[in-house]
Order: sequence, then structure tokens, then C-alpha cells
Amino acid sequence: MRFRDHRVVGDILELATRYRDAGADELVFYDITASPDGRTVDRSWVTRIARILDIPFCVAGGIRSVAEAEAVLAAGAEKISVNSPALNDPELVSRLSERFGAQCVVVGIDSQTVVRDGETRFEVYQYTGDPDRTRSTARSTLDWVREVQERGAGEIVLNCMASDGVRQGYDLAQLEAVRAVCRVPLIASGGAGAPEHFRDVFARAHVDGALAASVFHLGTIEIGELKRWLRSQGIEVRP
Amino acid sequence: MTDVVVIENGGGNVSSVRYALGRLGVEAELTHDADRIRRATHVILPGVGAARDAMQRLAAHGLDRVIPTLTQPVLGICLGMQLLFESSAEGDTPCLGILPGRAERFAEAPGRPVPHMGWNQLEPVRASPLLDGLAPGDYAYFVHSYALPVSVHTIATCTYGAPFTAIVGRGNFHGAQFHPERSARSGTKLLANFLALPA
Repeated sequence: MRFRDHRVVGDILELATRYRDAGADELVFYDITASPDGRTVDRSWVTRIARILDIPFCVAGGIRSVAEAEAVLAAGAEKISVNSPALNDPELVSRLSERFGAQCVVVGIDSQTVVRDGETRFEVYQYTGDPDRTRSTARSTLDWVREVQERGAGEIVLNCMASDGVRQGYDLAQLEAVRAVCRVPLIASGGAGAPEHFRDVFARAHVDGALAASVFHLGTIEIGELKRWLRSQGIEVRP
Repeated sequence: MTDVVVIENGGGNVSSVRYALGRLGVEAELTHDADRIRRATHVILPGVGAARDAMQRLAAHGLDRVIPTLTQPVLGICLGMQLLFESSAEGDTPCLGILPGRAERFAEAPGRPVPHMGWNQLEPVRASPLLDGLAPGDYAYFVHSYALPVSVHTIATCTYGAPFTAIVGRGNFHGAQFHPERSARSGTKLLANFLALPA
């Protein structure tokens, strides 16, 4: 399982400062073990992050109610991201959007290509933070993308699981298919390993943003250099 | 000495605005007290949410009448900027009427979802001390569904489909449609420039 053995990546504030200074446009903080453990995201660090960051940030992990979302937003996060809890309770997306506005509500989707009844399609996975509990929901990814938009999601982060952590490039075919049904901002996740992967996902899948973790954490790619290179390739990015 | 207050108006970005001021070495007080607001050297009106709710909350503390009489520098941020104008199409809401104009909803179009959300470029259209250290094309972080058309009071524009007012100023009243507290260097500059305006 590529989701096994999550790396421990240093002090969160130090990392946030490093990415802020490097020119990241937005940071997403995932507490990926929150949903499988049935606990909510520990919020003591959200305020500390909000004090030092001068860019928007999103908090994901175990947010299952309007009250939990409110606490995270009040602590200074711009957005909250829901994944497994939205699958258990799709109405949660509607409630969050009505209360805070679509701009606050990100839906994260873990998806992969499966062959079911001889048909190849994309399916949504759940509890991907815990290798032993990760399972397909048998939901069609494209249908779920349509539904969460109807319910008021303001942004979708599509994590293509087969690509995630292997750094062989984003899943362009899947992202293109989702792009075709996604009218809100779409963020690609999973697979970034080289600058060319970022260029390709913007140029070919027409995503609004590209999310990456390991290549930045490990220092394989430097954000400032990446952005300069992307501009040289004709991709519009903030310097 | 600079004495900054942030008007408490139920908006979600109040903490972020105060943290941004903190990074500039300013401890801003959060208040909806009219006398306290009048005494401040600089007043910030933040705002995230719906125009009608925000106006009702201001009116509940009599601030809909107080804010237009202020003579020190005032900065409205995002919805706070829109409230400085005559009205908003959001709930067809009468606003503070300090600046002429009406906030209108963006027209949704393919590839241009509403809300407008993300980093976009500023284009200065006239000189202002608020623009010190900012250059054409600098990026700022926007999150909004309604916007003000460009007018003679516009200091900088941004384009989402059509140009709209990104920074505005008339006399002591100023506004930023984007979120300076989350706009990295550009936002920090704008806030610092605002704090440097003479009281």
C-alpha cells in the first residue's frame, strides 16, 4: 500500500514558515489519521499557524460537524476540507456551505481507476489514512463530484491514489475526466515527482491548482525554482 | 501613536486580520463600541459573510450611523469594503453609502466559477499612498462573489471576466476587495501603507 508508513515531517510551524517563504500559494494541513481513529483534528496548532502564515490555508481531517468546522475557521483557517465524513453524511457538505459559504468548503476525494463488471471507471475510496480500513465506496467519482457541487462545495481536491507517493506524474486521464464535470476550482493531488508533472497537469488537465507533498517535504523540488520554471513554460503562476 | 481597532462584526476573518496586524507589530483591539472606534487612529472594518447580516450587526450597535462620520483612516476589507458603498445586490441591501456604487454579483461563466477565489493580479489606475511598494501585476488573494464596478474612486483594479475595483479610496475611507491578511507580501504592504496614513 502506498499509503502505508506516513513519513514524519518535522515541526509543523517550521515547515509552514519554510513553505510561506518559498512562495507557496496555499497550504493544506491534513490530519489523515483523524477519520479512521474516530477523533477530530487537534486544533491547538491552527491558531499558531494562523499567526505566522500570510497566505491562505486549509485544514483537513475528521471534521464531521458544523461546530467542528466553525472552531477551525474561527482559529484562522480560510477553508476546511472534508472527505470521509462527507461520504458518510453527504448532507454535511450542504450544511457547511449554507453556514460558511461555498468558498470555505473543500471536498477531498480519494479516487482510483477500477474495473467493475467489465467496465473501467473511477471510484471513490474512504479512510485512506489507515491502510487496514481503506475501502472502495463503490461510488462513481464523477457522480460524487457532481453531487458535492450541487451541495455547495466550493473546491474539489482530487487525490488520484494510484499515483500518490510514487512521483510518476499526476493521473492526467482521470483529472481530465473530472475537469469535464467540475465547474468549481479543481486541485490535482497525487503523483508529482518532477517539474514537468506540474506543467502537464496545468496545461493538459486544466486544473486550477496542483498539490504536492513529498517532493517539497524531501526537498526534491524547490517551490521558487518550480514557479520560475513554470512561468518559462508559459504557465501563469504567482511569482 | 497608532491605535488601531478592528470592528467586531461577526466575520470569519477577524482573527486573521488581527494576526496580520500583529505581524506588523500592532496589537489591534476588537470592538463594536462606538466611542472606542471614534477614539482610534485607524479603523478596520473586516467582513466575511452576507451583506444583509453584516449591515444588521452594524446597525445593532448603531455603527451604521457612526462609521460614515469617522474622520480617521478607515479600511474596509472584502465584504467590509463593499459595505462602504451605497448598496449591495446581495439581498438587495442598503449599505453605508459613503462611496457611490452598488456591489453586483459576478456572472458565472465556463472556466470562471463564482465565488472568484484565488490569487489574481492588481492593476493600479491612479496614484495613492496605499500603493507604495506595490507594482502593476502584483498578486493578491481574493474570495468573493460580489464586486464593485470600476469608478473614479478606484485605486487599483483586478480582472475576473471584466475589471472590478480591487482597491478603492475617497478621503479617509479606503477599501480592499482582496484579503490583505492572506495576500503575502502585497497584502502586508497594503496594511503597512494604511497604518502609515496620518490619523
